[in-house]
Amino acid sequence: MTTLDILLNVLVSGVLFGSIYAVVALGLAITFGILHIPNIAHPALVIMGGYFVVQANRLGIDPLIAAALGIIPFYLLGMLLYTFYANSFERRGRAEVLQSLTLFFGLSLVIEIFLVLLFGSELQSVSAPYIGTSLKFGQIAIPGRLLVPALLGPVTIGLLWLYFKYTNSGTAIRAVAHDERALSIAGLDPAAVKRRAFGLATATAVIGGTALVLIGPIDPFGGRFQIGRVFAIVVLAGMGSIPGTLVVAIMLGIAESLVSSYLNPAWSPGVAFAILLAALALRPQGLFGAAR
Amino acid sequence: MTRDSKIFLIAAVAVLLAGLLAPHVLKNPFYFFAGYVILQYVVIATGWNILGGYAGYINFGAAGFFGAGAYASAFLFNTFGIPLLGGLVAACLIGALLGVLMGYLTLRIQGVYFAIATLGLVIILETIIHNIPALGGARGIVVYGPPPPAWAAGPSQYMFFLMLLIAVASVSLARWMQISWVGRGLRAVRASENAAECSGVPTLRLKLLACAASGAVLAAAGAPYPFYTSFVEPVTVFSLLIGLNAIAMPLIGGTRTWLGPVIGALLMASTQQIATITISSELNILFVGIVLIAFVALAPNGILGLVARRSRETPR
Repeated sequence: MTTLDILLNVLVSGVLFGSIYAVVALGLAITFGILHIPNIAHPALVIMGGYFVVQANRLGIDPLIAAALGIIPFYLLGMLLYTFYANSFERRGRAEVLQSLTLFFGLSLVIEIFLVLLFGSELQSVSAPYIGTSLKFGQIAIPGRLLVPALLGPVTIGLLWLYFKYTNSGTAIRAVAHDERALSIAGLDPAAVKRRAFGLATATAVIGGTALVLIGPIDPFGGRFQIGRVFAIVVLAGMGSIPGTLVVAIMLGIAESLVSSYLNPAWSPGVAFAILLAALALRPQGLFGAAR
Repeated sequence: MTRDSKIFLIAAVAVLLAGLLAPHVLKNPFYFFAGYVILQYVVIATGWNILGGYAGYINFGAAGFFGAGAYASAFLFNTFGIPLLGGLVAACLIGALLGVLMGYLTLRIQGVYFAIATLGLVIILETIIHNIPALGGARGIVVYGPPPPAWAAGPSQYMFFLMLLIAVASVSLARWMQISWVGRGLRAVRASENAAECSGVPTLRLKLLACAASGAVLAAAGAPYPFYTSFVEPVTVFSLLIGLNAIAMPLIGGTRTWLGPVIGALLMASTQQIATITISSELNILFVGIVLIAFVALAPNGILGLVARRSRETPR
């Protein structure tokens, strides 16, 4: 293999991992980016989604079909979570950042331990026909266990983008982020719109979980390693920009892939945060956000 | 000196004396071994509350400071033979420096962004330690501390008393910051940063001061840790549980005063010690999570907030 081939391989795997990060970060782009709810339990919900797929796979269901089946229960779970959140905070008139962050921090611990108690703390994996295969283009090999989850990213993001852009309920969600009072004057209940958005965000967790469990086995605490990365992506994308999430996630994937191939794999967990800290200091509105 | 300050001083001296006399009454060293952890959390909760409670800036990175303190004292002892007290001072300096650095990087951003950035600090520090062979990398470092001085009943008792000293010093610092001009300024920052700035409160300088003090206290909590366990490795000292407890304990006790984190830490840490021994460490984390959710949803001002509301409702 020439140097160029290695570089190309590194870039391709960066793009693939980036697309997967995008689908994991997507729910947070909605809750945090659009609704301004700092849902740090999202990565834990993603792992929970992964466990749902693992259990369905045990019954012989393909992971992708399991993901489709999981969307409805996770949507309902998200609506339930939002109702609890709103009853605790927004009815009191003000949702203090400290308290809502702590609530979701506690929630993510409860989810993790819940998974440990139900399924044990060992690694869980799925099986599907495309996991062992790989596609070859000259010197570049794309394993199926990366390609399939990487395709979930652009597809989910594309569908969501169409939903936000062209449907009435999608427009309502964008409107609630913009001006809640104007929305209620227009005759819509902001709480109901937000509940729906939170449900949607939680539903994406099961797709993110599918992506993660296809790459490799997961354990109940896997979400912790994603917290930094997903926040970095959402903030860098510029709060609430859905296509920005995909672009930034791919950029981050490439950066991590370059660092781990040319420097040392042990440095790559720090990459997302180093980029995030630099971005917060230099351009707090994000790469794709409007300057405030 | 006000009457309250006199009472505080007498109480502090009494606590220290009790700590010194306790080994003569309690013979089982395990009480001191467990007590050390409880006191460590008193220091961590107190340190966190200086920035998180008084100024309202939520730091998810308490474990980063704790770990930095632990590694500082372990490295100085193993490489230069500097004793623990020297390591403690160095840890405070490093913690304060890290705090100011973090403040400069992040204090322009507010609320949630600050919280996320502090989470990043832990990951970055952990990654750095993993990659420095002189600090043991992922394998960690073994620390063979010197035997305890002759007046101490044993190593656990000695470490316990040392942590008690650090705890009393930290709580005194936190109390001073609360009742002095610093605390008044920070309360103004917490209520409304813009209004404070407009009324001439030097907000940035106060916040940096709070960052430095908070960082120093958090690092001081970590400094004796390598001598307590004879071993440091990145995963335990940068553990999420430390960061979680640092937030949960003040929140449960009450974040407005110095007493809140002390009450929260004593309650939570002793319960956790008992739960870890008698049940399992998983259920221990589950317990913290549920208590945290319950307090945030039902009693957002902590135990002290509940007490204050009760005494307001019953007219005397």
